[in-house]
Amino acid sequence: MFNLLVWVPIIPLLGFLLLVFYGGRLAKGRGALIGVGSVGISALLVALIGFEFLQGSMAPYRLTLASWIVSGELSIPFGFYLDALSVTMLFVVTGVGFLIHLYAAEFMEEDAGYARFFAYMNLFVAAMLVLVLADNLMLLYLGWEGVGLGSYLLIGFWYQNPDNGYAARKAFVMTRVGDTALALGMFLLFTELHTLDIQSLLGRAQSQWSPGSLLPIVAAALLLGGAVGKSAQLPLQTWLPDAMAGPTPVSALIHAATMVTAGVYLIARTHALFELAPPVQYTVAGIGSITLLMAGCSALVQTDIKRILAYSTISQIGYMFLALGVGAWSAAIFHLLTHAFFKALLFLAAGAVIFSFHHEHDIFRMGGLRKAMPLAFWSFMIGSAALTALPFTSGYYSKHEILLAAYAASPLLWVAGCLGALITGIYSFRLVFVVFFGKPAQEIDKTIGGRMRIPLLLLSVLALCGGLLKIPLESVFPALSEQNPGHSDALVSIITLAAPILGVTIAVLFYLAGTYSAANFVNLQWARRINRLLLTGWGLDATYHFVLIRPFKILAALNKDDEVDKLYLGIAGLSLQLHRAASATQTGRIRWYASSMAWGAVVVLAIGLLS
Amino acid sequence: MSLILFYITSAVAVFATVMMVTRLNAVHGLLYLILSLLAVGMIFFLLGAYFAAVLEVIIYAGAIMVLFVFVIMMLNQGHKTLAQERAWLKPGIWIGPSLLALILFAEMLVIIAHGGSAETGHVVSASQVGMALYGPYLIAVELASILLLAGLVGAYHLGKPILKMTRPGGEP
Amino acid sequence: MSGVPAEMGLMLSALLFVLGLIGVLARRNLIMILMSLEVMLNATGLAFIVAGSKWGQADGQVLFLLVLTLAAAEVGIGLGLALQIFHRFKTLDADSINQMQG
Repeated sequence: MFNLLVWVPIIPLLGFLLLVFYGGRLAKGRGALIGVGSVGISALLVALIGFEFLQGSMAPYRLTLASWIVSGELSIPFGFYLDALSVTMLFVVTGVGFLIHLYAAEFMEEDAGYARFFAYMNLFVAAMLVLVLADNLMLLYLGWEGVGLGSYLLIGFWYQNPDNGYAARKAFVMTRVGDTALALGMFLLFTELHTLDIQSLLGRAQSQWSPGSLLPIVAAALLLGGAVGKSAQLPLQTWLPDAMAGPTPVSALIHAATMVTAGVYLIARTHALFELAPPVQYTVAGIGSITLLMAGCSALVQTDIKRILAYSTISQIGYMFLALGVGAWSAAIFHLLTHAFFKALLFLAAGAVIFSFHHEHDIFRMGGLRKAMPLAFWSFMIGSAALTALPFTSGYYSKHEILLAAYAASPLLWVAGCLGALITGIYSFRLVFVVFFGKPAQEIDKTIGGRMRIPLLLLSVLALCGGLLKIPLESVFPALSEQNPGHSDALVSIITLAAPILGVTIAVLFYLAGTYSAANFVNLQWARRINRLLLTGWGLDATYHFVLIRPFKILAALNKDDEVDKLYLGIAGLSLQLHRAASATQTGRIRWYASSMAWGAVVVLAIGLLS
Repeated sequence: MSLILFYITSAVAVFATVMMVTRLNAVHGLLYLILSLLAVGMIFFLLGAYFAAVLEVIIYAGAIMVLFVFVIMMLNQGHKTLAQERAWLKPGIWIGPSLLALILFAEMLVIIAHGGSAETGHVVSASQVGMALYGPYLIAVELASILLLAGLVGAYHLGKPILKMTRPGGEP
Repeated sequence: MSGVPAEMGLMLSALLFVLGLIGVLARRNLIMILMSLEVMLNATGLAFIVAGSKWGQADGQVLFLLVLTLAAAEVGIGLGLALQIFHRFKTLDADSINQMQG
C-alpha cells in the first residue's frame, strides 16, 4: 500500500496540468470535477496509507523515485519520507483540502476563472504535498517555492483589481525574504554536513556539533528566518492580513490550514537542529509569544470579518511557535491539526456569510444572522469555541497542552499565553455576537447549497471531536521532560482554563448584553490612538515603508538614468553609428562605386609593390 | 621602321582617347573613339597579330560602335544635350579622377619597369589562332557563344517595352 | 616585323586604360561612361596581344577574342539598360539614378 504514496502528490499535479491546458474548453462542472476529484483521490489514498501506517509499527518509510541532481558529492533524489509527522500533515492537507475544494466548487461557481482557480488550487496542493513528504531539504524547498507561487497566483486571483495584485506581490516578496534565509541555511548545512537528506543531516549534526556552538545557531537561525516568513510571524507578518484579498476558500486553505503551517512543519522536522541551538529555540518561543499578543490585540479592533480571522491565524501560529520553542513538539503539531480544523471551519463559515451577503465584509453592516443562517451560526459558534479553547473542544486539548508546557519552561511565556487566550476569547466572540446577534442590518441575498454545507458540517464535527484524533508522535519527537506535578500545578491548570472563559465573558458584556460599550471609549483620544495603532497591525507596515521601501525608492530614483546600462547602450549606439557610416558609403551613384573600385585597386597594388 | 610607326600610331590612339573623353557632343566623342580603336587595330597589325587586327576593325569598330551610334541617335544625344553636358563638365571635375588615374598609372609603370625588356613581333597567323581555338581552347569558344546568347536574350528583354512605347498610340 | 619593345606596348595599354578610367569617373552621361568602359576593355585586349606577340603563341589572340566577346555582350546589355533608364527617368544622368542607396 505504501508504494501508492507516489500518487498522492502526483494526482493533484496531473489535475493542475489538465486544467491548465484544457480547462478553458471544459464545461464548468467537468473542471470542478477534475479539480475537486484529484484532491479527493489524494485524500482517499492518504486515508488508506495512513490507516495502514498507524496500524503498523509506525517505522519511517522511504520511497525514492528518481535522481534529481547528482553533482560531485551532492546527490538529491526525488524521495519521500513517511513517518507519523508526515502522516499528520498529509491528513491535514488532503482532508481539509478536499473539504475546502468541495466548498469552493459552489463558492466560485459564478466566477469566470473557475477552471483557472482549480488549476491553481491543485498546483498548490501538489506543492504542499511535496513539501510535506520530502525527505531532503532541496525537495522541501521545491515544495516551499511551489506553495509560494500558488499563494501568489491565488491571492491575486481577481487580477483585474490592482489592489489584489499588490497584496499578492507583497505576500510573495515578504515570504521571499524568508525563502532567502532558508536557502542560505541550506547552503550552510550542506557545506558543513555534506548532505541535504534530512534524517542523515540531523544525525550528522548531532554527532558533529556540540549544543550551543556557533554553527548550529547560525543554521537554525536561518531556518527560523524561512519559517518566520512563510508562517507570518514577527517580523514578516504583515502580508497575511492583506492576503485576504483572495477568495475565501483560498484564505481557508492557504492562510489557515496549510501554507502558513509550513514554517511550523519545517521547524518540527528539523527539531534536532534546534535542540542543538538553545538560543535560537528561545527566540522561537519569544517570537511566538510576542506575535500572538500583537496579533490578538490587532484582531480586537478590526471590522473586516476576514481580517479578524487573519490576525487570529497569526496569533494561533504564534502559539505553535511558542510550543516549538519550549520543546513541546508534539503539542505544536497537535495544535496545528486542531487549528486546521477550526480555522478552516471559521473561514468557510465566514465565506458562507460573505457569499450570502454578496461579498460584504464589514461585520458592523451585518447583524442578527442567527435566524437567517443557522448553519453558519452554529459553525461559527463551534469554531470560535474551539479557537478560544473552551473545555471539551479540540482546541482546548491542544492549547492546554501548549500552555502547560510553556509554564514548565518559563512562567513568563505562560502568562503571555494565557493573556493571549483571554484576548482570543474577546475577539472571537466579539465577531460572533456582532454578526449573529442584535438587529438584522440587511437581508441576505442567497442561501448556501449542499456543497458548501457538507464541509461546514464535517469540519464542525472535527472541530468538536478533533481532540480525540491525536496521532502518536513519540516515534518522531523526543518526549517533553515530564515536570513533577507540584502543588502549583493545579492553580496553573485552573488559570489556564479560566482565561478564555473570562475573555468570552468580557465579550458578552460588551457586545451581547450591551452592559459596557466600546462606544464609550471612542471619544477618548488615547483610545483612538490605540485603535489606529492596533488597526494597522502595530504600525509595522508604516515602519517597513519608512525604513525599507522609501530608501529603496530613493536609490532607484537616483539611478533613473540607468548609469550601468549606459555601457550597453553605448555599445548599441556604437554599432548604430558604424551602421550609419557603412550605410553612407552606399550612395547609389555609379561613379562613386567606380572610384571606390579604382581606389581599391590602387591600394592592393600598393600593398603588392611595397611588400 | 616599325618602331617609328608604333610611336606615331600610339600617339594617335592616345590623342583620340583624350579627345573622346573630353567632348561635350556625344557624337564627336563617338567618332574619336572609332579613331582610337582603328589606331589600336593598326598597332595589332604592327605586332604581328593579323587576325586580332581584323577582328578589332570589323567587330569592335564595326559592330559595337554601330550599336552606340544607333542608341545615341535614338536618345537624341549629341547636339541637343550640349547645354546639359556643359553644366555637368565643370573644369574642377577632372581633378579627382586625374589624381586617382595618375597614382594607378604610376603603380602600373613601376610594375612594368620591373619586368625587364623583351622583344615582340613574332607573327602569329590566323591559321595558328584557328588551330588553338579548335584545339585546346575549344571550351573558350563554347563559353563565348553562351555569353553572346545571354547578351542576346538580355538585350531583347530589355528592349521590349521601349518598342511598345514607340508604337503609335501605344501605352507603356 | 619586329622591333617593338614589349614594355612600350604594355605602357601604352596602361595609359589607355587609365584614360578610360578618367572618362568613367568624370563623365555623368551614361553613354559616355559606357564608351570610356569600351576604351578600358580595349586597352586590356591590347595587353593580351602584346604578350601573345612576345611569346609567339596564339593564346594572346584567343584571350583577346574572349575579351571582344565580353565587350560585345556587355555593350548590348548596357545599352539596353541605358534605354530603359532613359525611358523611366527621362534623363541619362548617372548621379540621379541613385535610388539604391542607404
